[in-house]
Amino acid sequence: MSETRDSIADIWGARTGYEGQWPVRVDERLEAEPDHWVQSACVLCSNGCGVDIGVKDGHIVGVRGRAVDRVNHGRLGPKGLHAWVANHSPDRLTKPLIRRNGKLEEASWDEAMSLIVQKSKELVEKHTASSIGFYTSGQLFLEEYYALGVLGKAGLGTPHMDGNTRLCTATAAAALKVSFGADGQPGSYTDLDTTEAIMLIGHNMASQQTVLWTRVLDRLAGPNPPKLVVIDPRTTYTAEKATVHLTPRVGTNVPLMNGLLNLIIEAGHINPTYIKAHTQGFDELKQIVAKWTPERVEQLTGVPAAKLREAAHILGTCNTLVSTALQGVYQSMQATAAAVQVNNLHLLRGLIGHPGSGIYQMNGQPTSQNTRECGADGDLPAFRNWGNEDHIQELADLWNVHRDKIPHWAPPTHAMQIWRYCETGSIKMLWISGTNPLVSLPELDRARRILAKDDLFVVVQDAFPTETTKYADVVLPAAIWGEKTGCFTNVDRTVHISHKAVDPPGEARSDFEIFVDYSRRMDFRDQDGNPLLSSTWRSTEDAFNAWRECTRGRPCDYTGMSYAKLSEGSGIQWPCNEQYPNGKERLYEDGVFATAIDYCETYGHDLETGAAHTHDDYKLIDPKGKAFLKGVDYEPPHEVPDEQYPLWLTTGRVVYHFHTRTKTGRSRALHEAAPDGFVQLATEDAARFGIAEGDMVEVESRRGKVLEPARVGGIEPGLVFIPFHYGYWDQADRPRAANELTLTEWDPVSKQPHYKYAAVRIRKAHA
Amino acid sequence: MLLPHYLGLLESSEKQLTEAFEHVARKHKDEPDIEQMCQKLAAWSREHHGRVQGFVAKYSEEASSEPGDLKRDLFAEKRSGSLALLRDLHDLWLLTQEVQLCWIVIRQAALGLRDEELKACHAFCNPRTKRQEQWLLTRIKQAAPQTLLVATA
Repeated sequence: MSETRDSIADIWGARTGYEGQWPVRVDERLEAEPDHWVQSACVLCSNGCGVDIGVKDGHIVGVRGRAVDRVNHGRLGPKGLHAWVANHSPDRLTKPLIRRNGKLEEASWDEAMSLIVQKSKELVEKHTASSIGFYTSGQLFLEEYYALGVLGKAGLGTPHMDGNTRLCTATAAAALKVSFGADGQPGSYTDLDTTEAIMLIGHNMASQQTVLWTRVLDRLAGPNPPKLVVIDPRTTYTAEKATVHLTPRVGTNVPLMNGLLNLIIEAGHINPTYIKAHTQGFDELKQIVAKWTPERVEQLTGVPAAKLREAAHILGTCNTLVSTALQGVYQSMQATAAAVQVNNLHLLRGLIGHPGSGIYQMNGQPTSQNTRECGADGDLPAFRNWGNEDHIQELADLWNVHRDKIPHWAPPTHAMQIWRYCETGSIKMLWISGTNPLVSLPELDRARRILAKDDLFVVVQDAFPTETTKYADVVLPAAIWGEKTGCFTNVDRTVHISHKAVDPPGEARSDFEIFVDYSRRMDFRDQDGNPLLSSTWRSTEDAFNAWRECTRGRPCDYTGMSYAKLSEGSGIQWPCNEQYPNGKERLYEDGVFATAIDYCETYGHDLETGAAHTHDDYKLIDPKGKAFLKGVDYEPPHEVPDEQYPLWLTTGRVVYHFHTRTKTGRSRALHEAAPDGFVQLATEDAARFGIAEGDMVEVESRRGKVLEPARVGGIEPGLVFIPFHYGYWDQADRPRAANELTLTEWDPVSKQPHYKYAAVRIRKAHA
Repeated sequence: MLLPHYLGLLESSEKQLTEAFEHVARKHKDEPDIEQMCQKLAAWSREHHGRVQGFVAKYSEEASSEPGDLKRDLFAEKRSGSLALLRDLHDLWLLTQEVQLCWIVIRQAALGLRDEELKACHAFCNPRTKRQEQWLLTRIKQAAPQTLLVATA
C-alpha cells in the first residue's frame, strides 16, 4: 500500500500557496502497483476532480489525481482517495432479486425485467402512464439520464420523473432560472485563483468539496489572500478560516441577505451603469431591502449590526468576488428567494462574467447537473421550457414522436409530489435508481410507510443493499463508476469522461443497459414505427451523440464535444460548439442573459407562492436578455421552537462521508474516521439539560426520535446539529437517522424540502 | 349612491375567501403545500378584508345586506376522496373571481370619485388577489390530470 498522504488525518494536504496559477500536486493512493491506468473523474462530490483509476489484473487497486485536469490540478480528497474500495465490497448486489412470498429471492434478468414490463403494461392499460413514476439520482452518468428522460417522456409519457436532486440542487437550478433565465453556473473555478473576496453562505466547502477548499486554502497561504465572508450557524472548518463569520438564526437567510444588500446600496457600492444596462427590477428590490437596517437584521437574525457592516464592507468594496451557496440556503426557509439574493449581490455590483468573479449555486452530487440537463428530473432536456410550445416541438422532432406524447400540460411533477401520489395511491409503480430515499427523504417514518404499501410496486436499481432495497418488489443490480463508460458535468460546467476500467461484479449491469433494455422490452416506438432507443443506441457513445444534438443552440451546448475529444484532454466546459471549440470559461461575459422569451428555460414564478407565470405574462415583461433582480420580504419558518420542543434542529454533513454512506461507509478508513452519528449542542444547552460529552441523548421532534451520542460546543445556543449520513444498513440497534425528525414541506418555487429546521426536545437517555 | 352596496359585496367576498382558504388549509393538511400556502393566502385576504372595512364605514352607515352567500353553494361538506382537493381549489378560484370583479366595479367608482385612498387600496389588494388566483390555477393544472385520469374516487 502506498499513499502520498494520510488524507484521513490530513484532509486537505500540504499548502502550495499561490495567486494566479494553482500549482500541481498529484495525490495518489494505491493498494498495489497498477498494470494500467484508466481516465475518469471522481464521483464523491460535485467538484468533479479528474482522476485516473489504477487497474491490476482486472481489479481497481487505487487512484491518482490528474495533474492536467483544470478542476483539481492533481489533488484528491479523502473521499476520492478511499471510497473506490466500495466497488469491491463483498456485499455488492450481483443478481436481480424478486419478492416472492414476502421475501426477496434471486432471479434471472429475464424474469426481473419481464415482471417489470408486465406490471408497466398492465398499469398503462388500466390507469395511463401517469400511474408510473421514476425517482433517480445525482449519481448516474449523462447518457443514462438522457436514456431515462427519453423513455419516460417519449416512450411512456409520464410526467412523474424526478430525482433526489430535488433534495439537494433544485434550488440551485431554480435560483439560476429566476435571475438569469436558465440553469448554468456563470463562473469558472479559475475565478478562485485571482479573486479578492469569497462569500460562502450555508456552504461548508471544507467538508463538502475538500479539493475546492484546498484551492481556497492555497490562496489564503499565498500573496494577496482573498477575504472570506462565511455565513453559517456552526463553527465549521470553513468558518474557522473566515475573515468575518456571521451566525444567523435558523431560517433567517433572507433578512440577512436583504440587510447586506441594503448596506451595499446605501453605501453606493453598486454599479448603476451595469444595473441599467443589464438588469430589470432594481427599484422594487431596493424598496424591499430598504426596510432591513442593520439593527432590524440584528434583532431578527442575531447577527450583530457591526459584523453585518463589516461583511457588507468587504462584499461592497472588493473588485472581484466569488460567491457560493449550498444546503444552508437551499434546504432552509425561503430557499429560492435567499439564493436569488446571492445572484442579486453580483448583479448590483456588476461582478459577473469576468475573471475573478463568479457565482456558484452549488450542486451537491457529482452528476446532478446532468440530471437537470438531461430531463431525468423535473426539467426538460437541454434546459427547454415546458411552457414553450416550440421547445416541446423541438423535442418531438428530435425523438420523432407526437408532441402531445411529451407531458407538458403542467410542470413536470416534483419529487415530493411524486411521493405524495404514491401515498394517496395514484402512482402505483415507483422505479428508484441510484439513491436511497429511506435515509435521505424527510420524515422517514412516513417514507417507509409509503414504500411498504401493498398497492405500490417498487423497483430499486442499486449497487448495494440499502435501507430502500429492503422494501423493493424487484431489485436490479447496477454497475457503477469504474465499471462503465459515460460522461458527467461538474458545477463549473466541466464535462469529464469516465472510462470503464473493470467489469462489474456478477451479473450487475449499467443503468444505461437497464434502461435501454426496458425500452426495448416495452417496445417503445417513434412515429415511423422504429424502436425508440434500442434501434440506434448500441453504446453510451451513441447516446452521447444523440444528446449532443439535443443541446444544439441551447445554453448547455455540447455539440463541439465527442468521446474522442473528452478522452484526449481532461475536462471541457460547456458551451462547447463551433464558436467555442474548447469550451467557454464564463457565461454572460457580455451581460446578455438567457432571459429572451424564445430562449429562456422558464417564464418565471411568483417567488412567494410559486405560481407559474405564462407565456402571456412573460410577454409583458420580456427582458430580452436582461437579468432579473427580484426580492421578497421575510417569512418566518412554519415550525418554530416552543415550550414542548424548545430547540432548533439542523442537519448537515461530515467530511468523511457522502450521502447515506452506501460507498463511503464501505471504505474501512472512512468508516473508522467517522463511524457513527452524533448530536452537536452548545455548551450552554449541554449544561441546561445535564448532558456531558459522549452521553447518549434522545432527540425528539413531532415526527420521530433518535438516540445520538453528544458532542458539546462549536454551535450557537438553542440549535442542535445531527449529520444526515447515518441510517441502518450497517447498524440497526437504535434509531439514528437525522431524517426521522425532519419536516415534510418544501420551498414554493424550487420544491426542495426544508431539512434545515425542525423543533426538537432533548434529554439525556438512560441506558 | 349605491357604492356602499358593492363595497359590502367586496367585503363579504374577501371574508368568504379568507374563510375558504382557512377551510381548505385545514381540510387538506395532509398536502403540505396546500396547508401552508392556503394559510398564507388566507392571511392576505384577511388583511384585504380589514382594509375594505374602512371604506364600508366611510361610505355607509350600515353595511349592505346584499352579499349573496356564494360559499353556501361552494365547498359541499360531503366532498371527499381524490376529487375533493381539485374541487375545493376550483371553488377557491371562483371566489377569487368574485373578489376581482367587485374590485373592477369599485375601482371605476373610485376613479369617478377621485378617492385616492380607495384607489390605493385597490392598487394594494387587487394584484395580490391576482396572485392568489395564479397560484390556484398553477396548482389546479398540476392536480387535474392525475385526479381525472389516474386517481380513483
